[in-house]
Amino acid sequence: MTSPSPHSEKSVLLSVRDLSKSFGGVKAVTGVSFDVREGELLGIIGPNGSGKTTLVNLITGFITPDSGEVVYRGRNITGLMPYRIARLGIARTFQMVRPFTALAAFKNLIVPLFSPRVKSLSGGRYGDRDAVAKDLLEEVGFERESSVTYKPAGSLPHGYLKRLELAKCLALRADLIILDELFSGLSIAELASIVPVIEKLVVEGKTVIMIEHRLRELFRIANRVVVLNFGTVIAEGIPSEVMQKDEVKQAYLGSED
Amino acid sequence: MTTKKRKERLDRGIKVRSDDIFALTSYREMLYVAVPSVLPVAVLLILPLILPTYWQKVLISTSVFAILAMSWDFLVSVGMVSLGQALFFGVGGYLAGVLDHHLHLPIWLTIPLATVLGGGLCTVCLVPVLRLRGIYFAMVTLVLPLMIERIIEATGFLGGTEGLTGLKPFPSIYAELYLIVAAMLLVLFAVRRMMSTDYGLVLRAIQENDRSVMSGGINIYYLKAQALFLGGCACSFCGAFMTHVYMFVGMPAFALDYSILPIASAVVGGMGTFAGSTLGAFILVPLSEALRGIGGLRTVIYALSLTVFIVALPEGVFHYIQRKYKQFERWVEVER
Repeated sequence: MTSPSPHSEKSVLLSVRDLSKSFGGVKAVTGVSFDVREGELLGIIGPNGSGKTTLVNLITGFITPDSGEVVYRGRNITGLMPYRIARLGIARTFQMVRPFTALAAFKNLIVPLFSPRVKSLSGGRYGDRDAVAKDLLEEVGFERESSVTYKPAGSLPHGYLKRLELAKCLALRADLIILDELFSGLSIAELASIVPVIEKLVVEGKTVIMIEHRLRELFRIANRVVVLNFGTVIAEGIPSEVMQKDEVKQAYLGSED
Repeated sequence: MTTKKRKERLDRGIKVRSDDIFALTSYREMLYVAVPSVLPVAVLLILPLILPTYWQKVLISTSVFAILAMSWDFLVSVGMVSLGQALFFGVGGYLAGVLDHHLHLPIWLTIPLATVLGGGLCTVCLVPVLRLRGIYFAMVTLVLPLMIERIIEATGFLGGTEGLTGLKPFPSIYAELYLIVAAMLLVLFAVRRMMSTDYGLVLRAIQENDRSVMSGGINIYYLKAQALFLGGCACSFCGAFMTHVYMFVGMPAFALDYSILPIASAVVGGMGTFAGSTLGAFILVPLSEALRGIGGLRTVIYALSLTVFIVALPEGVFHYIQRKYKQFERWVEVER
């Protein structure tokens, strides 16, 4: 399924090979293969129920595939526990934002900062987690020393919760960040403030996979998109070309034809 | 310039930004912050000296149930609902019995050994089911002590229905009283302190959203096993302690009481603070004893009062008192 692409000179970071998973009789994902190259921003799109979130869960170890494999940095990570995959540097956000409600917003980041990965990346020391957490929140658009930083996460507005999810990925110092519908439910203003954060991540050399429904915003920043329908890849390529393909128009944007 | 008076909350000016950071500027303010922890400790240390013998025994069992309740509360805050505190209690009790009866170890060895070994043994028993969540984990913990009880009965293992008798007693009732009260206070303050550290914060996060914790690169099963060990140790200590108080250990060590009463205590007192579970035990156990004179209707009245507590104060007695305490007001002069 790998087609030539302008990014082929970069090394492959994550390779999904012939991945399949069915729940009971429902085939959620069938024979999905694609590569993610280092430093790129890959979009994964598709109509509801096309298997996007299942795919994220398969990559991050929350679901074990029936067949196929996930290879990260040349290492087969299929079937590893989610925390092991996270420690290798793959962070994700969840579509349903569920923060640690009772904890202050910045305290939510203590959890990934507690991970052994952070310790080993900081030379065997954890350092002042609270300070690091506050810095990270600032990076994703919390105002410095503002009251939101100290509010219980349960009382934060949706836009801040989404940023908090993103900050959790940063806290883990992940190399590959998978954002599951990060943009959903965000206002235009909130989007305008979060998009630069993601762009900056890519500039800094992180690799990002974005599952998205908000295509206009995604196409503005994605290098490449993979289109899923009924659990299979129906198209892959740069955003403008992909949307010209007939199968994509039919399956995904049939009404706009 | 007239002087008028208005009401002001006592904690006004003390609290800084959050509930646990204070700026104290006078002895009165220090008193306000210190009284809720110092007063109960002082009362608990004096009580053993002034209580009549019967109520001394009640204080012992109350403290034991308080520890069991705190352990339950702790496990819940790490996302493990245990219906089998009796498992930890019984294992600790029997271990102390075996160490005394078969190995003739002195009491100051049997209790610590039974505490640690009991915690370890229970952890090993439950590790295979750590991946189960909610009611599935609860069912396993409920079944295990009942199963062990029947195994002991059927096989005559560990003294069978007779139990192990003639075990070493404590030197005096004051040794019993102060040991268990000190242990209870230690568990209370230690667990409260621990839960406010980053380690405790991660433990609490597991309860709220274990998937999110896992995607933070944290091995939740390892942490849950650690929590199970700590909670198990606290209960095993109680079991070992009671074995030496009764100078006997038998099948009643796995009785359902040890599983259910701690839960009732935690619910009545208020979950998540550990002081609430302790308070709950200090309400329910003495209440149950006080009702002993009534006879047949004891259980009915007990159950009714339990219901009243839960319906009237669903948040728990402790949370209610805590809120009211923070709302204490005083008259202050304001210049106009």
